[in-house]
Amino acid sequence: MGAGHAHTLHHAGDSVVHRLPAHVKIVAAFVMVVAVVATPREAFWVFGAHLLLLVAIWVAARLPVAAIAARSLIEAPFVVLAVLLPFFATGPRTEFLGLSLSVDGLLAGWNILVKGTLGVLVSVTLGMTTPVRDLLAGLTRLRVPGLVTTIATLMVRYLEVIAAEARRMRLARVARGHDPRFLWQIGPTIRGIGTLFLRSYERGERVHLAMLARGYTGAMPLLGDGTTSRRSWTLALVPAAAAVLLATAGYA
Amino acid sequence: MTTELVGMHMSDGIVNAPVSLGFGVVAILGLAVCVARARRDLDDRTAPLAGLVAAFVFAVQMLNFPVLPGVSGHLLGGALTAILVGPYVGALCVAIVLVLQALLFADGGLSALGTNITNMALIGTFVGFAVAVAMRPLARRSRAGLLLTAFVAAWVNTVVASMGFVVEYALGGQGLALGTVFGLMAGFHALIGIGEGIITALTVGAVAAVRPDLVYLLRGQRSELTLRTAAVR
Repeated sequence: MGAGHAHTLHHAGDSVVHRLPAHVKIVAAFVMVVAVVATPREAFWVFGAHLLLLVAIWVAARLPVAAIAARSLIEAPFVVLAVLLPFFATGPRTEFLGLSLSVDGLLAGWNILVKGTLGVLVSVTLGMTTPVRDLLAGLTRLRVPGLVTTIATLMVRYLEVIAAEARRMRLARVARGHDPRFLWQIGPTIRGIGTLFLRSYERGERVHLAMLARGYTGAMPLLGDGTTSRRSWTLALVPAAAAVLLATAGYA
Repeated sequence: MTTELVGMHMSDGIVNAPVSLGFGVVAILGLAVCVARARRDLDDRTAPLAGLVAAFVFAVQMLNFPVLPGVSGHLLGGALTAILVGPYVGALCVAIVLVLQALLFADGGLSALGTNITNMALIGTFVGFAVAVAMRPLARRSRAGLLLTAFVAAWVNTVVASMGFVVEYALGGQGLALGTVFGLMAGFHALIGIGEGIITALTVGAVAAVRPDLVYLLRGQRSELTLRTAAVR
């Protein structure tokens, strides 16, 4: 799994993109990503057009490009895989700067690099324009079972609490001279994780009692009137439809 | 500069669209079963307990362990959650963590959610738990047995989850010969699995020492009251 996450992506704003309902944006993002993945890897210009589409959305949402770039770095490990592919893949080979590279590997590496990057950019755009609680409410609108979204909501709400607890435990260990460098020095860290699990679980029991005391019946109330205007759907699905058309054009 | 040794979320574009969508369906069906069974395990306590366990999994993935000077790694947590809270709640928690990492942090591609959930949440927790159940008699016998069970479960779970990736790559990936992918993934994850196994074993040991009643794997076991003598000074 990926590295630690300190902050969510959200970038406050009130542009058209920010104001679209979250569930509409989630659907649009999924359609766009699948369209990008379905684009044939030899259709190079189509990927450029996909990028232009995203740039247009960023302009409409007034997102700073530097922040988008910084948040896309999460993809970096896969760039390594893409760079390695031309060396390890089989098939006919070509010479480039004295290196023997596999043609199929080059294409496969390019495929992962470009689709991975565009995919991350779509995810980052969705994350930056949608607050966390709206994303969760959006998932409920999309018929994700209430139990799942409630678990996700509580997880997001308590993540900071649990993470802060973990930080305080680490600080306490460091203050007492714990400076682990080798795998066999992790005893105290692990006892800390055991304690962290117990505290999380017991906090869960207390949260459950607190929820019961406030009238919890097994489902969270859904806020908002639950109707989505046709205009919102059209607005969000225009770029998604454009991406699908581009992908189809790539096969021609 | 430190190097992080981690198993990774797949990004978009590693496997093609039909295979991504196919595994999306597998993931949804698997999670539907998990939701139903998790409710049976925890009834109306499901949401708060699973929510907090998911937050725990998320927080633990932020902690880095030293492996060697300059190289650190972190826990994946599939086998750990399966042993502590059971495979159904465990798979649900890991899956929710994966979905939120993709939606909130852009970690792991949206189209790769199906494959990532299948590998890490479904295969990850269920294979780990199956191994743990097979070794349960040993785990009940002694603390060393419990630690060994947790270690083996976590190691097998890490390697088998990476084989999920190999299967998906065979179905919808391009470029590398299958033997190369298999060798790279098996070798890399056999190493990662050792770290995962050690951390899982010691964490389960730490929990079992304080609240053995919370360890799902050991449920239904009545521990006998033991009288010990201690020196009084």
